Amino acid sequence: MSVDSMFVHKMWVDHELSKMVTSGTVPFPMLSDGGGTVGQVFGVYDADGGVDVRGRFIIDPDGVIQGYEVLTPPVGRNVAESLRQIAAFQLVRESKGTQATPSGWRPGKKVLTPGEGLVGNVWKEWKVGEAFD
Amino acid sequence: MPKEQKVGCARPTGGVVGEAPPADSGEKTAPAKQEVKPMVQVGKKAPDFTAPCYYQGKFASVQLSEYLGKWVVLCFYPGDFTFV
Repeated sequence: MSVDSMFVHKMWVDHELSKMVTSGTVPFPMLSDGGGTVGQVFGVYDADGGVDVRGRFIIDPDGVIQGYEVLTPPVGRNVAESLRQIAAFQLVRESKGTQATPSGWRPGKKVLTPGEGLVGNVWKEWKVGEAFD
Repeated sequence: MPKEQKVGCARPTGGVVGEAPPADSGEKTAPAKQEVKPMVQVGKKAPDFTAPCYYQGKFASVQLSEYLGKWVVLCFYPGDFTFV
């Protein structure tokens, strides 16, 4: 979603994005936020520049915002990190909140089971190095 | 899910996803121009909105609440023809 019109979105797809993706088109709706009114309620509209800054929101099947990241324009996002977070939120949701993913978690890595037994014992279950690998 | 629709403008519904927006207070007025308070917090419902879109060769309109039941990634970016 950007403040560009959907006509500009079409031109962007036709003239540039179609040359970057093998499917030839963008697989999700490209939304137009003329005037930045939607960006304002999400807190990502920069009125001085007249644009929506780089905000990325993960919204679960109940419509609840689970996480967001907002960056100033010159720095791009890390898509892999967004996918990792989605996988983590999906795991937690599937466990109905009985499991949690520690720092550095990736799909396949160990999860934690919060509870009385874990208090003061995280050091046995999780090593600092795991935050970085 | 996006429905083909006439060209329009994006606008927040004033409510959150999955709930009806608060009833209008009488007269029909243009969308409020005064400052809009951000209403975003993790663990809370997302603000709902409708927006025009370009999707697979067509112009359409989407409402965030149409995606209830699915995971959604909503990305804002400064402008077309920049990197995302």
